[in-house]
Amino acid sequence: MTYQADEKGYYGEFGGAYIPEMLYPNVEELRQQYIQIMQEESFQKEFKELLKDYVGRPTPLYFASRLSEKYNTKIYLKREDLCHTGAHKINNTIGQILMAKSLGKNRIIAETGAGQHGVATATVCALMGIECIVYMGEIDIDRQAPNVARMKMLGATVIPAKSGSRTLKDATNEAIRDWINNPIDTHYIIGSVVGPHPYPDMVARFQSVISEEIKSQLLEKEGREAPDYVVACVGGGSNAAGIYYHYLDNPEVGIIAVEAAGKGILSGESAATSALGKEGIIHGSKTLLMQTPDGQITEPYSISAGLDYPGIGPMHANLFRSGRAEFISITDADAMKAGQELAKLEGIIPAIETSHALAIFEDRKFKKDDIVVLNLSGRGDKDLSTYIEYFNL
Amino acid sequence: MNRIQSKLQEDKKLLSIYFTAGYPQIDDTVSIIEDLENNGVDMIEIGLPFSDPLADGPTIQESSTKALKNGMTTEKLFQQLKDIRKTVKIPLIIMGYFNPMLQYGVEDFCKKCEEIGIDGLIIPDLPVDVYSEKYQAIFEKHNLINVFLITPQTSEERIRFIDSVSNGFIYMVSSASVTGSTSGFGEDTKDYFKRISEMNLKNPQVVGFGINDKQSFKEATEYSNGAIIGSAFIKDLNKNGTSKISDFVKTLR
Repeated sequence: MTYQADEKGYYGEFGGAYIPEMLYPNVEELRQQYIQIMQEESFQKEFKELLKDYVGRPTPLYFASRLSEKYNTKIYLKREDLCHTGAHKINNTIGQILMAKSLGKNRIIAETGAGQHGVATATVCALMGIECIVYMGEIDIDRQAPNVARMKMLGATVIPAKSGSRTLKDATNEAIRDWINNPIDTHYIIGSVVGPHPYPDMVARFQSVISEEIKSQLLEKEGREAPDYVVACVGGGSNAAGIYYHYLDNPEVGIIAVEAAGKGILSGESAATSALGKEGIIHGSKTLLMQTPDGQITEPYSISAGLDYPGIGPMHANLFRSGRAEFISITDADAMKAGQELAKLEGIIPAIETSHALAIFEDRKFKKDDIVVLNLSGRGDKDLSTYIEYFNL
Repeated sequence: MNRIQSKLQEDKKLLSIYFTAGYPQIDDTVSIIEDLENNGVDMIEIGLPFSDPLADGPTIQESSTKALKNGMTTEKLFQQLKDIRKTVKIPLIIMGYFNPMLQYGVEDFCKKCEEIGIDGLIIPDLPVDVYSEKYQAIFEKHNLINVFLITPQTSEERIRFIDSVSNGFIYMVSSASVTGSTSGFGEDTKDYFKRISEMNLKNPQVVGFGINDKQSFKEATEYSNGAIIGSAFIKDLNKNGTSKISDFVKTLR
C-alpha cells in the first residue's frame, strides 16, 4: 500500500491524464522522460547547487518555543518563507526549468493566481535567459499589482486571462490553450501538484526536498527522523505534498491538511474542496473539485489568493478519501488571527495561506510531547495590504 | 447501421456544423438543428456547454458561458431533444467535455442519448486509452459512436491505435491550435491531410478547426470525407441571429 502515484499517475482512484489529443504529444514526451531526466547525475548536481546557492536551502527547521508554550506541544516551523522569492514555489520552478532545458524547450508558459508562482517562474526564466509568458486572471491582475510589477521587472510577459471567471482556473485554461497552440518549443511550468500526469508526481518530487531536509534536521534536534504530525495548508497542495512526501507511507506520522473555509463552509463563499467538492475532472486530472450538480466548475472564495483553487491535487484527494490525512478547514477570520499571533509570538509574518495552517492549534489539541512540524510555506510581505486593511494597521 | 456510418457511405463531401446548445437563446436548440438540416447540412455536432472548455478558443468559450447563463444543463438539453427524431434525419453528435457526463453518470448519459436518437459523441478530454479501458463497452451497448481527434503531431502508431478503436470517423484537427484560431491552410497542413489520407485507415476522416468558408471547406475536403465548421457559425449566429442560417450555409458550398 502506497500513497505515492502509480506508473499511470493514479493515487488510488484519482489522477491520470484526461487531456485533449492536442496535448498528448507534449504530455507524453514529459511522461516518458521526467523520471529518467531527474535521476541523471548532472541534473541532480545542478538542481542541488541551485537550491543551495540560489534559493538558500536548506531552509531552517525552527523550534517555535513561544508558540509551543502557548499551545502546550512541540511546534517546529519549516522555514520555506526564507526561500528566494519568499515561498516554497521556487523549489518546483528550479526543477522544471532544468527539465525544460533537458527537453530542449526554449519558451516557458505558466499560470498564476496571486502571482507567487508567476514570480517564481519569471525568476528562473531570467536566471536561465529563457522567454517567459505568464497567464493571470484579469481580476487577479488588478488585485495583485506588486507581483505583476515583479514579473515584468524580471522580464516576463504577463497576459491577462479574460475568459470565464477571469481568475486562476481561467489562467490555467489559457496556459493550456497556449500549449496546444505551441506544441513543439514550449514547456508549461505548472505551479502545483495538479494537472495531468506526470505533473502532480513531478511537482511533488521537486517539492519533496522539504521533507527530505526535515528528516535530517529533526534527527539532529530530536534524535528521530519522523515527527508525530506534519501540517500544511492546501490550495492545489504543493507545499503540502512537499512536507508529506517522505512520510506518506509511514503510518506513525499523522498528516494534517488545512483548507480555506473562506467565510464558512456553508456560506457559499469557501474553498474547502474536501468538504464541498465531488469527484470529477479539472485541468486534466481526476480529483475532488467544487462544481455544480451539472458538472460545471464553480468559483471558490478565500481571503488568501493562493488557496482559492476549485480543486485539490489528486494525491490529496486520495489522502482524504482513504482517511490517511485529517482535513481541517479554517475561516478567513481565524486565519488572520493566527497570522497576527505568529507575528507577535515569534516575530514572523506569515503568508495568509500559511496562516490557515497555523490556525488549527486553537481547536486541534496535541499532546505535550507531540512533535508537530508545520510548513511555513511563505512570508507575508505579499499580503501586507490585506493585513493592513483587515487589522486597520 | 448507425446514421453516421451510412452518411459516410454517400458519395459526397460531408458538411458538418457545430453549434453550442442554448446559444444565442436557451430555446434555439431544436430550431437551429432543423434549419441546418433543411439547408442541406449533412451532420450536426450539438455542443454541450462547459464552464472550462480548454480545447476551445474564445468564440466557443463565450458561447458556452452565455449558454450556461441562459440556463442550459445536461438535463435541459435532453428535454429539448426528446422529440428531435420526429423531424430530423441526419446524424446528430453531442460534443462536450467529460466532467458534465461524469456527473450525469456515463451509463445514464449514453442510455439517454440512445433513447433520443443521438448517433455519436465527441469528448475532447476523454483520451482513447481511458475510453478503451473503461467506457467502450458502455458506448457500444448503447450504439454510440465515439469520435477521436488526431493532430499533425499525433504519431503514426497512435493514429493506428485510434483507428482500431474507432468505428465511425476520425476527427482530423487541421493544425496545432484550439478551435477558431486559423484561416486558410498552408502547405504543411495540406501535406498532413495527404499523409493521413495515404495511411489508408479503416475509418474515413473529417477535418475540423480552422474551416470558415467555401475555400477552406474545399481545401479541407480534398483528401478527406468532410469538414466541420464551428466557430464561424457561432460568429454568424452572434452577428445575424438565427434567421440567416440558410444564407450562411449557402456560402459554404
